[in-house]
Amino acid sequence: MADSQSQPTAIKPLTEEVSAPGRRKFLSWFALAWASFAAATLGAFSLVGRFMFPNVLFEPKSTFKAGYPDDYEVGMVDSRWKEKYGVWFVRVAEGMYALSTVCTHLGCTPNWLETEDKFKCPCHGSGFYKSGINFEGPAPRPLERFKIGLADDGQILIDKSIKFQQEKGEWNNPESFLTV
Amino acid sequence: MSFDFNTFKQVVTKGQIWKSMFRHGYTTDDRDRALAVLTNVFFHLHPVKVRKSGARFGFTWCAGGLSFFVFLTLVVSGILLMFYYRPTVEYAYNDIVALREHIPFGIMRELHRWGAHAMVITVWIHMLRVFMTGSYKPPREFNWVIGVTLLVLTMLLSFTGYLLPWDQLAIWAITVGSNMARATPFFGHEGPGAFLLAIGDIELVHSGDDARFALLGGRFVGAAALLRFYILHCVAIPAVVVILMAVHFWRIRKDGGISGPL
Repeated sequence: MADSQSQPTAIKPLTEEVSAPGRRKFLSWFALAWASFAAATLGAFSLVGRFMFPNVLFEPKSTFKAGYPDDYEVGMVDSRWKEKYGVWFVRVAEGMYALSTVCTHLGCTPNWLETEDKFKCPCHGSGFYKSGINFEGPAPRPLERFKIGLADDGQILIDKSIKFQQEKGEWNNPESFLTV
Repeated sequence: MSFDFNTFKQVVTKGQIWKSMFRHGYTTDDRDRALAVLTNVFFHLHPVKVRKSGARFGFTWCAGGLSFFVFLTLVVSGILLMFYYRPTVEYAYNDIVALREHIPFGIMRELHRWGAHAMVITVWIHMLRVFMTGSYKPPREFNWVIGVTLLVLTMLLSFTGYLLPWDQLAIWAITVGSNMARATPFFGHEGPGAFLLAIGDIELVHSGDDARFALLGGRFVGAAALLRFYILHCVAIPAVVVILMAVHFWRIRKDGGISGPL
């Protein structure tokens, strides 16, 4: 650019022989084109957004039957449904309750330590009594209990979509404890 | 209170955010309009000026541009499919079925498939056009070679993608297709010259180490072949294609823009 110091030259004005649409007409086509482009883009992005949410999930059901109360030994914490559904069954003399296997600190899965009679979380060391009450480590509140009841055929019926938190006094709710 | 567009435009385009992204204003002189293209990473491969005769649809058929457009749709739809597809024998076919039955807009997979067909067609049309207009002649002969390489890679993308549905059609098509690699000169165990590569009675090129084995990761189309074709289809070949396309577009500009009619 030898003459880059000079003033930029203005675009050449349209000459007589060049046919051009009027300003008003041009702007209306311009607006239509942009509106169409915006609509198509919006449609494409909403399609992609919807694509990311499948219509079918292959996850365990939130309600399930867990056999008969007699299948569980009194005084024991049962881990047979831990891996599939994330629930511990605790059978006590008066009945039983279902504990969530999600640590209330940051969501890891604690282990039931039979010999030490406690739930212990491997991530940060939170400890819980058999009842689910926290007593050591950073966990701020007790493990949650799920709705437990009996189905028509006498099997235990768990509904994981309804949970009971001790610190809210919800463990007094009869649905949080199955009296046998 | 009325909305003054020009004041709003001034506030936006004079601000630091705008100026940090765009070095040049869209002014009316030729120099800044050229710089607006040249200083943009997405545009700078493209010629600043295109000859009017060269850009005529009847001359180019827009086949190269259509090929690139279809390639972009294949990249977008392909990435979306990768969110659901798992390249293992256990899941591959079921995931393809799920893409149609369980996932909204099951047409996404069809879009990818039709796009693949369309790209093969447009790339061939592009090659035909370049040949018929004599655009392969100097100084464009190197770009012709790159273009032929891109054509082969397009076919390989289709070939590797063909196996991924993991149905009977896919498995036997790739079985038949990969059998051609047996006849590779020197590197295929049934190919010409392979028998020369032997030490005494020991064959150096056999069915366990030839070109076909390298392609399939085994002696037949199995789990290893599925994973290899997936990696080739989604990562390895597209990476090479993108690099060669960049060179291809850049060379158009360096070779004097789209060729004019003779």
